[in-house]
Amino acid sequence: MALSEQEILAGLAEIVNEETGLEAEEVQMDKSFTEDLDIDSLSMMTIVVNAEDKFGVRIPDDEVKNLTHVKDAVSYIANHQG
Amino acid sequence: MSTRPALSAPTTLRHARILGLGAYRPERVVTNEEIIQHIDSSDEWIRQRSGIVTRRFARDDESVVDMAEAASRQALERAGVETGQVDAVIMATVTHPFQTPAAAPVLADRLGMTDPAAYDISAACAGYCYAIAQANDMVRAGSVDTVLVVGVEKLSDFTDKHDRGSAFIFGDGAGAAVVGVADRPGIGPTIWGSLGERADAITQRESWTDLRPAMEDPGRTEGLDWPAFTMQGQTVFRWAVFSMAPVARRAVEAAGITPADLDAFVPHQANMRITDAMVKALELPEHVPVARDIAETGNTSAASIPLAMSRMLEEGEAPHGGLALQIGFGAGLVYAAQVVEMP
Repeated sequence: MALSEQEILAGLAEIVNEETGLEAEEVQMDKSFTEDLDIDSLSMMTIVVNAEDKFGVRIPDDEVKNLTHVKDAVSYIANHQG
Repeated sequence: MSTRPALSAPTTLRHARILGLGAYRPERVVTNEEIIQHIDSSDEWIRQRSGIVTRRFARDDESVVDMAEAASRQALERAGVETGQVDAVIMATVTHPFQTPAAAPVLADRLGMTDPAAYDISAACAGYCYAIAQANDMVRAGSVDTVLVVGVEKLSDFTDKHDRGSAFIFGDGAGAAVVGVADRPGIGPTIWGSLGERADAITQRESWTDLRPAMEDPGRTEGLDWPAFTMQGQTVFRWAVFSMAPVARRAVEAAGITPADLDAFVPHQANMRITDAMVKALELPEHVPVARDIAETGNTSAASIPLAMSRMLEEGEAPHGGLALQIGFGAGLVYAAQVVEMP
């Protein structure tokens, strides 16, 4: 069954928390990964791979640069979940 | 055809191990402050993204063969092997600046060897592990008794000091191993492979033939851009961590041991962040020491594993005779992993 955007956000926040130690509540839709959450390109790759495993989606390398904000990642996952 | 005599061939396999390791680090220490004279970056940024504090650069007049010679002499001495006993020399390098001849015959001559088989292999950062795999099989099969394996790079020659993505990563150095006949298995099965569809992830910018028309143009008035190496950092990071951890695990299984039996983990020193993430993905037991030579050596491609292992042995971080998991991965993309008994 497809997950809602809120469920994806909660799951993504857990992944971000595990990689960076940021509180899950900090991970909100309008936050920028680099500017607001201070996540660098290598941490972002780890988050992407863990998100692929968790949500069963494939996020190609070329797509990652388009995921600048949390809402971009959530909507990509929502639109591509199996 | 039925009367053709059978060819002579050995019928039993022998054992092989690494008898001695050697290392050579160029004298000049290059700080992050020196690197950021040419790129928009900072010491803190470089340390955070790569774990690199300093690296070594060879002198302008110091070649890969010079560095290889120094590492080889140390390895031979530690192995107790005379140069005349070496049957084959395999050099892993991507920075020997001649298309031909290879560097290995020149090295063999420098070392005063008489008539060894000598050739280079091009497997980038996996080159040393590829060469160890070959040396092991050659000794085991009886083709040779003793092989000198060298991983050496002068990456400063092929780095664009103005490229923010790679200028801080690379360093120069050489590591050597003498592989010979043993009374027990000292080199486990190699897990290796390639992913040519990502050949663009780490590559020389232009081929030599791309540059030829401009080089031969008699009317040329401007200099040409040097075809330095470039790297797609994020792509390489993702592949290195998440595809290589399973390869490393398979090498441990193939050796018939468990991760808890390891006395050292010596991954190619690509980037401290890759090492950290790989250790996590591998779920390596905490008691296994991890090579972190990159902090003071940078990424020396084919030289990084023997350099890092030499440091761990010299500093007592890893025991002589202990088991090390080593894994090389890089441009190609290519990879190789095996468990070895440290000399």
